[in-house]
Amino acid sequence: MDVISEFFSEYDGLAAFRTTIYLTLLSAVLALLIGTVVAVMRVSPVRVLQLIGTAYVNIVRNTPLTLVIVFCNLGLFLQLGVSLANKDSNTFINDNNFRLAVLGLSVYHASFVAEAIRSGVNTVPLGQAEAARAIGLPFLKTLRYVVLPQAFRGAITPLGNVLIALTKNSTVASVIGVTEASAVMKVMIENRPDVLFVVFGIFAIGFVILTLPVGMLFTSMSKRLAVKR
Amino acid sequence: MSDSDTLTKTGLVALTGVNKHFGELHVLKDINLSIDQGEVVVVIGPSGSGKSTLCRAINRLEPIDSGSILLDGQPLPSEGKALARLRADVGMVFQSFNLFAHKTILQNVTLGPTKVRGKSKSEADERAKALLDRVGVGAQAAKYPAQLSGGQQQRVAIARALAMDPKVMLFDEPTSALDPEMIKEVLDVMVDLAGQSMTMVVVTHEMGFARRAANRVVFMADGQIVEEAEPEKFFTDPQTKRAQDFLSKILTH
Ligand SMILES: Nc1ncnc2c1ncn2[C@@H]1O[C@H](COP(=O)(O)OP(=O)(O)O)[C@@H](O)[C@H]1O
Ligand SMILES: [Mg+2]
Repeated sequence: MDVISEFFSEYDGLAAFRTTIYLTLLSAVLALLIGTVVAVMRVSPVRVLQLIGTAYVNIVRNTPLTLVIVFCNLGLFLQLGVSLANKDSNTFINDNNFRLAVLGLSVYHASFVAEAIRSGVNTVPLGQAEAARAIGLPFLKTLRYVVLPQAFRGAITPLGNVLIALTKNSTVASVIGVTEASAVMKVMIENRPDVLFVVFGIFAIGFVILTLPVGMLFTSMSKRLAVKR
Repeated sequence: MSDSDTLTKTGLVALTGVNKHFGELHVLKDINLSIDQGEVVVVIGPSGSGKSTLCRAINRLEPIDSGSILLDGQPLPSEGKALARLRADVGMVFQSFNLFAHKTILQNVTLGPTKVRGKSKSEADERAKALLDRVGVGAQAAKYPAQLSGGQQQRVAIARALAMDPKVMLFDEPTSALDPEMIKEVLDVMVDLAGQSMTMVVVTHEMGFARRAANRVVFMADGQIVEEAEPEKFFTDPQTKRAQDFLSKILTH
């Protein structure tokens, strides 16, 4: 199977998967941050914040990811001139596209993270927040020390699902020129249409290797960290 | 406590003309109640009469529609930091304990002192251990709430409230969710507290506790305070028909 050795040598498939992993991890961290803020807005007592949070989730979640990513490139960068990398750098185009992709992936998946966390918040009995308020914790501290720690533990399974979806959805970054795994796959297929199925197979296995352990890790974490009531 | 006492000074907690609705339902109807420093008031009455709402109004877990509630002469702040500060001064013990499920017993007691009062961890730990010993659960400090019996959990909840050095403690049916053999251990802690002149408002149907520890019984029905008297007098010689009916029901069962 020379195509397999080509994957490693000629196409540097590992570097492509490394890019996929970076895209995924950076976007995951950012999505977790944004998603947490959105979830907090949705459960806050301030009506305006609730509305903003709800609007964010409903608009972003129902927009196709491709559209979000393309907007980051065409809309933010080319039209509005927002660039996320050093213009003088000779890797500017690559850096900028990568970061715009991270931005798009984060913003998009944050809506799913927010929903996952909100479902986690719903697993926390009302009495927990009430007891926290009763000892004098203000709203944000009640969330930070009492509600969110329990909500995250109750949301581990859906958060794991978002991470798996994010890993696979990171392939959309190829539409704005990020050389992640699926972009390399396209090139390989163009060059070696004779072994189309093998190429597909290699990349499919690559993604399974990335996502399967994530699924298993999150399942075991959700059991281990479950809050006993 | 005679009537003249409540007339001559405003109590530590003073409710005046308090009204509260849940939608159409008028749950608190023109409540006037003054509780002195060190006084123990037992609130009794049929289910749905507004006892919990009254308790929750005192630390503003429920906002009221009209009237005023003063704590130590100060009106309850409406929201934000000032309200949080007020709540820190009012201890609350719930029927369902509501211990923080993800925190150890010790952490349950130290959370308020460290995050609200700004005490150091070592200072808070030391105090928490002393309080846990005082309520008889010192040996459980490293465990999680789910590992404790209901009676132990409720005593931890009392320690958690006491750790804030509250001016007044509210108990909303603290023994109603407990198996009978655990009721006494919780009531003993409460009697002990009352003996140390803690100001307490206790919603309970435990007549033994009322007789041993209360200065006054307040009987509520349909959102109103229908009768107030010393415990012995209330239980042996209730004045109103509502109180007589209610007592005959809980006494014959
Ligand atoms: N959050 C709420 N929303 C609507 N109705 C409520 C709420 N809390 C209590 N009630 C109603 O108010 C009345 C008084 O309730 P409560 O104060 O809990 O009574 P008690 O503690 O004496 O049993 C009841 O009819 C109850 O159904
Ligand atoms: Mg009640």
